[in-house]
Amino acid sequence: MKTFLLSTIAASLMSTTAFAGDVRIMWYSDGVEGEVLQDLMGRFMKDNPDIKVTIDNVSYSNIREQLPVQLAAGEGPDIARVTDLKALSQHWLDLTPHIKDAKYWQDNYGAQADWMRPDGSSAITGFMTQVTLTGGFANKTLFDQAGVPIPDAKASWDDWAAAAKKVADSQQVPYPLALDRSGHRLTGPAISHGANYIAADGKPAPLDQGGKDFITKFVGWNNDGISEKEVWVSAAGTTYRTAAEDFINGQVAYYYSGSWQIPNFATKIGDAFDWVATGSPCGPSACTGMPGGAGLVAVKYTKNPADVGKVMDFLASEPIAKEFAERTLFIPANKAVLAKELNFQTDNPQVKAALDVFVSSSATTSPEALKLPGWKWSDAYYSALVSRVSQAVAGELSLDDAFKRIDDDIAQKVKEAQ
Amino acid sequence: MNAQTPSSAASRLTGALLAPVRYLAGIIDLPLRGLQKVTGLTGMASFFLLPNMAIFTIFVLLPLIMNVIYSMTGGTAIFLDSRTFVGAEQYSRLLDCGSYLDSGTCAEDRFWIATSNTAWFVLLQVPLLLVVALVTALVLNRELKARSFWRAVFFFPVLLSPVVVGLIWRWILQRQGLLNLMLFETVGAQPHTWLTDRFWAFAAAIGVSIWAHVGFYALILLAGLQAIPKDIYEAAEMDGTRPSRVFWRITLPLLMPNLLVVLVLALIRAVQVFDEVYVLTGGGPGTSTMYLIQYIFETGFASQLRNPGLAAAASILMGLVLVVLTLVQLGISRTNERKGQR
Repeated sequence: MKTFLLSTIAASLMSTTAFAGDVRIMWYSDGVEGEVLQDLMGRFMKDNPDIKVTIDNVSYSNIREQLPVQLAAGEGPDIARVTDLKALSQHWLDLTPHIKDAKYWQDNYGAQADWMRPDGSSAITGFMTQVTLTGGFANKTLFDQAGVPIPDAKASWDDWAAAAKKVADSQQVPYPLALDRSGHRLTGPAISHGANYIAADGKPAPLDQGGKDFITKFVGWNNDGISEKEVWVSAAGTTYRTAAEDFINGQVAYYYSGSWQIPNFATKIGDAFDWVATGSPCGPSACTGMPGGAGLVAVKYTKNPADVGKVMDFLASEPIAKEFAERTLFIPANKAVLAKELNFQTDNPQVKAALDVFVSSSATTSPEALKLPGWKWSDAYYSALVSRVSQAVAGELSLDDAFKRIDDDIAQKVKEAQ
Repeated sequence: MNAQTPSSAASRLTGALLAPVRYLAGIIDLPLRGLQKVTGLTGMASFFLLPNMAIFTIFVLLPLIMNVIYSMTGGTAIFLDSRTFVGAEQYSRLLDCGSYLDSGTCAEDRFWIATSNTAWFVLLQVPLLLVVALVTALVLNRELKARSFWRAVFFFPVLLSPVVVGLIWRWILQRQGLLNLMLFETVGAQPHTWLTDRFWAFAAAIGVSIWAHVGFYALILLAGLQAIPKDIYEAAEMDGTRPSRVFWRITLPLLMPNLLVVLVLALIRAVQVFDEVYVLTGGGPGTSTMYLIQYIFETGFASQLRNPGLAAAASILMGLVLVVLTLVQLGISRTNERKGQR
């Protein structure tokens, strides 16, 4: 019996030892950031041989669909790169006791700290690996060949739709414009048309006239062949679909996505054609994009919070954040890094110009848009939008029915979550 | 020295291979005999059934019971202790309809869209699959050149993962896919968006699922065909019976038990259609190829704000439909057996 007990204790100690020092990161990539992280972690492990960092490179849909289920079951990685930061914030670890200098984190990442912690909390749960802004990209070569001038920064959505249609007709391109299948992507234009999702009590407001106006316009564009219908009808439910590949393949004249596509385009388009970032087109109320980004957060179910703290401290440090931004071509969130000159590692003048456009576009971001990344019900709204608008685009629902269903879906989500 | 005959060598080899088995049987023989003394013969039957029953209980019965419990709870939490009891609320939401024939009048319209899509899929796919499987089996049962090769060809898709099946066909049917390229090269046709056209996407879902599964059902029917005694056909031939009459009067009736098995299996599988179609169309365009399992999966797991209770209730309702279908099939099967005995 004694031997049995001793061997059991020894075995459990061994298994504890096996876990200690292991840090698992769940990571998705839009561009080259996975490779950059791998390199950075290699250097970290050289300096910290007692910590073994494993990076699980997964697709973005895994992060959106599978990670929440793992977290709800009290499992998951130690650290994850996530965009759905607020809705999952109850699963994030408060790093305050595990990081070296909480003040450094607050000073440099405090602006987005609320996006990734429960309402009313002062926890430090992670940091933004990059801040993003939605915005458009034009295939400059196609516009030039068609002899259509690229609309200016004050151009409206209607101006862009008309110009893109002219280009597509002239150049025999299948799609004048494309918008990712995402509620987040619909939201910038909707706010520009006067939408406001947040009611006075902080709960979701019914879809207002501004939102309805843009959705009506967007569904019409799909029916008229102006917007790429395939992206929106190619799935049911809330599945995310991007039109990036079609833009990269020269099949789309104007593509509304976001700043995270810049490194992707730099790598994949190369010198196949010229492209430019154009900011967000205007509506009657604003010319806003949607802010957002991916955050790196610690998961509270980790067995090694101290080691997780060390990894997070390393990645959030100023020189590493600067290097990460310069190599990935992402707009950094770190205040100190932003204050200094960034030397983005690219010879591509289109990339530098595009980054400048997004930085200057951020000045026109509306207050309504700025509130949404830290709002608890954003995802309930986005899910209802994407699911019902795609049914309207497919011709399954009338616009009035779609608007009613959007309100019903959001009300149901709020009811379920309470 | 006597030359060893092949049969004695084979029996020696068999003996050598069975030796460890005999040794192990010898070890467990004594405790089993003791157990039999205590439990009796009936008890031993239960003892041997125990592992199977344990697996069934852990992997089928308990999840089923848990599913029923989940279907009576609300909220987004996964663990039962964090969920609130809501009674039959999830069921009443699913069944809350102005008219069951119009999903637009239902509170949970997507459930009824998925139900309607699944019903259409079953009604179209199962008969088509049966016909294709039967024709395939009849052809493969003939004296063909390289018959084994052709059998392998038809069975090959069954071995593929449903994800691979979905991806292959998506690659063929997408706008810049192989089919459009072939149509353009041969007849100069403009590219068609097969998977975003409601009719063609539904047709593709049915076609691809038949392609993927027909080999399995054809194999069952082929086994049935080969079990039909040859002398019946010889007698029919001597009587000068027409081939069509042979098929309707001999082959089909004698193949009926196998056809019933295929029908039951195909029906159950069709109601559960998900994986290859999900990869192929994602449930689109709109919700035209969203079937019940996809609805359950998205409601319970894939959407950003999950509703496991509603998903569980939907799966219980679907399970009830499957039970009814299986009972009907069993009833028909037993009636046929009784007719056959008379």
